[in-house]
Amino acid sequence: MNVLETKNLTLSYGEHIILDQLNLTIPKGKITVLIGSNGCGKSTLLRSMARLLKPTSGSILLDGEMMMKLPTKDIAKKLAILPQGPVSPEGLTVLQLVKQGRYPYQKWLQQWSSKDEAIVHHALQSTGMTELSDRLVDSLSGGQRQRAWIAMTLAQDTDTILLDEPTTYLDLTHQIEVLDLLFELNEKEKRTVVMVLHDINLACRYAHNIVAVKEKAVYAHGKPEDIVDRELVRGVFNLECEVIPDPVFGTPMCVPYGKGRLMNGVKKDVIHIHS
Amino acid sequence: MRKYTSVRAFRDRISFLLDRKAITFHVISLLLLGVIFLISVGMGEQLFSPWKALNIMLGNGSSFESLIVQSFRMPRILISILVGISLAVAGAILQAILRNPLASPDVTGITGGASVAVVLFLAIFSNESNALTVSIHWMPLAAFIGATIVAILLYLLAWKNGLSSFRLVLIGIGLWALTKALTNLFMIIGPIHQAAQANVWITGSVYGANWNNVQILAPLTLVLLIIVFIMTRHLNIQELGEDIALGVGARIERQRFGLLLLSTALIGSSVAFAGGIGFVGLMAPHIARKLVGSSFGNLLPLSAIIGAILVLLADTIGRTVFLPLEIPAGVFTAAIGAPYFIYLLYRQRNA
Repeated sequence: MNVLETKNLTLSYGEHIILDQLNLTIPKGKITVLIGSNGCGKSTLLRSMARLLKPTSGSILLDGEMMMKLPTKDIAKKLAILPQGPVSPEGLTVLQLVKQGRYPYQKWLQQWSSKDEAIVHHALQSTGMTELSDRLVDSLSGGQRQRAWIAMTLAQDTDTILLDEPTTYLDLTHQIEVLDLLFELNEKEKRTVVMVLHDINLACRYAHNIVAVKEKAVYAHGKPEDIVDRELVRGVFNLECEVIPDPVFGTPMCVPYGKGRLMNGVKKDVIHIHS
Repeated sequence: MRKYTSVRAFRDRISFLLDRKAITFHVISLLLLGVIFLISVGMGEQLFSPWKALNIMLGNGSSFESLIVQSFRMPRILISILVGISLAVAGAILQAILRNPLASPDVTGITGGASVAVVLFLAIFSNESNALTVSIHWMPLAAFIGATIVAILLYLLAWKNGLSSFRLVLIGIGLWALTKALTNLFMIIGPIHQAAQANVWITGSVYGANWNNVQILAPLTLVLLIIVFIMTRHLNIQELGEDIALGVGARIERQRFGLLLLSTALIGSSVAFAGGIGFVGLMAPHIARKLVGSSFGNLLPLSAIIGAILVLLADTIGRTVFLPLEIPAGVFTAAIGAPYFIYLLYRQRNA
């Protein structure tokens, strides 16, 4: 079962074509990660799947229905997107932010129903933000702030969540914190997660499904174990590397060549020991 | 820790989340407004204590006293309050939809647009004896159209993937200068006897307020405020940025245009009766934001009260402290507002 499906999707900024005639399916209930080098169009693809960008041609299906024909609020009840680097206005508390995820469900006078309250509290709880709900968003650390925004998208109560580089600008600890959170949301609540990540090793570790984008097209698509190897990294990132099993998870791990402090021979020995 | 109260009725069909800290600020500022109101009613060539003023209003004064209060002071005070509310709310809306803390009715030239329209309206529709040939009810409409034209011009000229502060301020000042020039032009072309009167009005004064004005402005403001109140959640979502707003299903272009029209309607109606009382639309939302944060459910009503306080205070000082001289309220709001604006600009220099 596929949540999202693109059919001959072409995206462009003005005259400049970003993705050409793309056919892609996003499986339901899985974590899908889009990877690719800078400017390859992975973020553009993600944004278009959340109707933030209109396709030049082709179409996107959401649960088998043409997205262009669905009312935007109905889409917002099925699919949430967290864009890259959202900025919250000065003086907004976490609760006030998260509450706005209920926007598609609110009406003129019905702005805080019992259901709204229950879902907002659940969103705060699953992101570990309950304690911080009265804090100002500006006063939070990078990781907490990102969790607050994720809580807002959770409050939208959608089966599918799209995230554009949710770990950018976060230190390693917070990157893991955010990805673990998304992993749990997928495990426990069976939500479909689609995100753009820069770190291919983390992508392999968390994703059921990887989509590698290169030169206006999908270069490879499948389980990390099946598709991530030296050829893929070379093809997508133009980088020479060894791909070895991650010592903790056994998922593919990319160790780039290039230059380093130790001699080549020593480096190769290390690789052999682990593989 | 902040406390909230959920208000629910009719099986959640009416339901809101109230921020208790914000309610406290509302109550305090309303009380303050009430006190200033009573002081203002009592102040003038005939001085009454606030207590006496209250009694006169309740009908316990001499007929002379109640004449002064009911016929001369009250309409002026009410217009001040209404104008303060309108300008402050319009400023808060502009700051949100233009996503720029410097956006305010005057700095963007929108007030100027309304002024041009009013002067033009007076020039076209008045006879030699300085009386209007059409109903004064049309004046707010003229001001609204003038304000809207400038707002749309601003939008078209300054918009480039959002509104940067500098573009906005530069183009706003350009529009402001243009509207100023046009206002002067129409004043010179128009009947000479109006020029002096219009000059006071352009600086921003509630000098000529009467009950007739109140009867027009009060219902108009009330209706506009109700619509603004309904649009509050759209304002909140717009402030989170275009992508987020689109993501949760907001129709931002339509809402933004509707909100823009609301703000120009508020500006137009207040300019029609009080001229360009400056910087209230800039200061009031800023002060309110410092007190209750940026959630519009709290921000808009508090801005409104603070705006009312600012204009009422400015007019009360203007008409009493320098007696027998009358200083237009706009002089005082500009005297505080202009430095404040420069301070904001200075603080933004690195942003």
